[in-house]
Amino acid sequence: MNAASPYFGQIINLLAAILLLLSFAMLSQRRILSLIDLFMAQGAVLCASTAVVAYATGQNHLYVSAGITLLLKVMLLPWILHRLIRRLNVKWDVETLINIPTTMLIGIVLVIFAFNLALPISQLAGTITRSTLGIAMAAVLLAFLMMITRSKAVPQVIGFLSMENGLFFAATSATYGMPMVVELGIALDVLVGMVILGVFFFQIREQFDSLDIRHLEQLKDD
Amino acid sequence: MQDALAAPLAIDWLLALVLCWLLLGLAGMVAQRNLRYVARTLFPLGAAVGLAIAGVAFAALGEVPETVVLPLGLPDLPFHLRLDSLSALFLVILGGIAAGISIYAAGYLRKGEGTAPGLQCLQYHIFLASMALVLLADDAYAFMVAWELMALSSFFLVTSDHRNPEIRRAGYLYLLIAHIGAIGILLSFGVLQGGNDMAASNGVSDYTFAHMRMMHPDGFWATAAFGLALFGFGAKAGLVPLHVWLPEAHPAAPSPVSAMMSAVMLKTAIYGFLRVSFDLLQTRLWWWGVVVLMLGLFTALFGVIFSAVQTDMKRLLAYSSIENIGLLFVGIGLALTFDGFDMTILAALALTAVLYHCLNHAAFKSLLFLATGAVLHATKERSLGKLGGLIHKMPWVAWLSLLGVLASAGLPPLNGFVSEWLLLQSFLFTPGLPHGYINMLIPVAAAAVALTAAIAGYAMVKFFGIIFLGQPREERLAEAHDAGLLERIAMIWLGGLCVALGIFPVFVIEQLDAVTQLLVGTGLGAAVRSGGWLLLAPVSENRASYEPLVFLLVILAVGAATFMLVRRFWHGRVRITGAWDCGWTLQSARMQDTSEGFGQPLRQVFSPFYRMTREEPGSFDKAPRYSIVVEDHFWYWLYLPVARAADMGTRMVAFLQQGRISVYLLYSFVTLIVLLFLIRG
Repeated sequence: MNAASPYFGQIINLLAAILLLLSFAMLSQRRILSLIDLFMAQGAVLCASTAVVAYATGQNHLYVSAGITLLLKVMLLPWILHRLIRRLNVKWDVETLINIPTTMLIGIVLVIFAFNLALPISQLAGTITRSTLGIAMAAVLLAFLMMITRSKAVPQVIGFLSMENGLFFAATSATYGMPMVVELGIALDVLVGMVILGVFFFQIREQFDSLDIRHLEQLKDD
Repeated sequence: MQDALAAPLAIDWLLALVLCWLLLGLAGMVAQRNLRYVARTLFPLGAAVGLAIAGVAFAALGEVPETVVLPLGLPDLPFHLRLDSLSALFLVILGGIAAGISIYAAGYLRKGEGTAPGLQCLQYHIFLASMALVLLADDAYAFMVAWELMALSSFFLVTSDHRNPEIRRAGYLYLLIAHIGAIGILLSFGVLQGGNDMAASNGVSDYTFAHMRMMHPDGFWATAAFGLALFGFGAKAGLVPLHVWLPEAHPAAPSPVSAMMSAVMLKTAIYGFLRVSFDLLQTRLWWWGVVVLMLGLFTALFGVIFSAVQTDMKRLLAYSSIENIGLLFVGIGLALTFDGFDMTILAALALTAVLYHCLNHAAFKSLLFLATGAVLHATKERSLGKLGGLIHKMPWVAWLSLLGVLASAGLPPLNGFVSEWLLLQSFLFTPGLPHGYINMLIPVAAAAVALTAAIAGYAMVKFFGIIFLGQPREERLAEAHDAGLLERIAMIWLGGLCVALGIFPVFVIEQLDAVTQLLVGTGLGAAVRSGGWLLLAPVSENRASYEPLVFLLVILAVGAATFMLVRRFWHGRVRITGAWDCGWTLQSARMQDTSEGFGQPLRQVFSPFYRMTREEPGSFDKAPRYSIVVEDHFWYWLYLPVARAADMGTRMVAFLQQGRISVYLLYSFVTLIVLLFLIRG
């Protein structure tokens, strides 16, 4: 650990705060295109914070993680999503199942819960990033909440990807990242999941002429 | 494996033969619809393999147990196999009976009946091989794999005529109860394993039977393991109240399959129960024996009184199988009780009766099922009410089933008598038990066993009399034809087994000695050997003895003497004329005693046991009809309530399934939050 570590700690905290803010922004964002931009920004923040942690602690493998994040979450996935949106022609505003203010209130409760939860763990952890664990968990829960409250398929997938961001951030903050193999595996999973879900979008639209997942309720077997 | 290569052990031969069965099954898939190839080539080869298995296993009786580890199965979890006297005995049953049934099936398979012959050949041989593996398995994993394979292959055999919804329903019921039973067995093995990881300390892996033998569970856990095994194996054997699948599945299956299931598959359940209770469990409590005894007794009585009122010949035999399973459990219960009081010689006697009865029941019940198959093919009729007088058209089948019927009714000098006699003998020794209540209970039980034997005789008279004697009740019965050559050979083989097992009990008991030595530490071999070849005196000559050959000779001599005397003194004048025709002209074959009529007295006596719906004609009906349906109380008291409860439960669970992704996500979310909250607190 080098001498400038207090500054690094502050930078990481700042980035974590931005991450949480972005999560809230995604929760309240109605337009899909802006949602993708927010997702991209979240990826960029994640990449930056990982790189800072790597520099501050000298954990070289975290540079690789940061690189993967940059490639996958800042470039590849947003590009795929943009392309999907163009192909599917779904630029309209997102409908939510619960109205936005209520969602935000629930989100605040979740953040308090997450901080409360992370308190004993971060006391145990010896990493410089330990104070950000609560934020990481809050990001996971907020992304989950977003998946629940959206009724269209594309925002749900973005929620899923954002949840993965939160998990990644939690891993970096608690233990300086997962083993390389696991990280590569997860990256591949996310990519493949995205491709499969993309195929699903087309199938769903072909079947119901819409991407509203409420149509899927008809599939239930009585 | 090294020394296995040097000199093949008996178990290696057995495995090779089991492999032959599997290969024969696969060979059937090559030309599925070619009946000549499948029936005339593959099935007789399968019979030869069966005989070879019986031979090898017979040679292995009483030898040192052999073990082998197969490099199959999951990583670090290979199949352990072991051949000891108990498995050898049941392999003898499997091989010997399979030889007969395969030959029969070779003549029985027809074109266009349900599943293609080649596919049936595959299912049948997988069924045989899986039963052999059940008997050889030496760890819980291999046992369960073979056990499930057996259940599945037999399920497909039962439903070979799957276009009939009744048969599909019977098959489903069978599969359901088989799986519920399998859960019991699995849990029992789990309890036997002991739950702790001992692999490191003693060098045996956790779920092998060798490991289970080393465990000494305390009273509670031993009872749990025993109770679960009783439940699981009882479901497979058809112990009341888990018997309901048996009278449905046996009539639904093709006759060779019903024969195989009744004769051998039910015995694998007996084998498993003996294996768990006498071999694997090191702790045994005497009162288990009383529980098993009472359950067995009830099963036997229940089976036999239902058997006597059936109107479908295969259902009659199925209920008779339930009765015999009950008798086997009675014997096991007695053996457990004696063993619990350290009366090993008496435990050996009861156990000998059980093992002997396994052999006997396998022989005569397969013979009878094959006979019903022959009748079914000749007449297309299963209902007793439409048969009759077939002894004229089908003399071979009739006389051979007479053998089976006599054996089943327990008449000397055939085999059924020997084992039932042994069983009653072991009852007679119970006054020695050091426990007052059991001493009072046992005579009642003995009387019930005697009653069971008597009603079994009644049911068998009904079976034989209604099918083969009297006048044909339908005109088209005149076109019935006798069984083909292969079918005859098979039935002669099984009938011969019945006679041989009845005439040479001393020899058989000497062979069973090895098994009882293994299970309770002593046997009757020495005792019976001292009596010489002719005299069977299981415990001591002063108590009771039985000389089957002498008995047979006396019967033959009396028969011959009567014949001679009648010939000598018969005047030879016969006048054939229409006697005083008091309504004789109006009498038809339909007026003979029917199967319903024959069963009526028992229906009257045991009416609380049956659930009867009777429809009687009124006095002025133009077309009077009489119908009676006899059903099982258990179906209404136990199975339907359980089914309704399961239905309601699933409806409530189905309420959770809204079909909305948001709701499903909410479930995960709430679960996550609750779990996080819990681990925090």
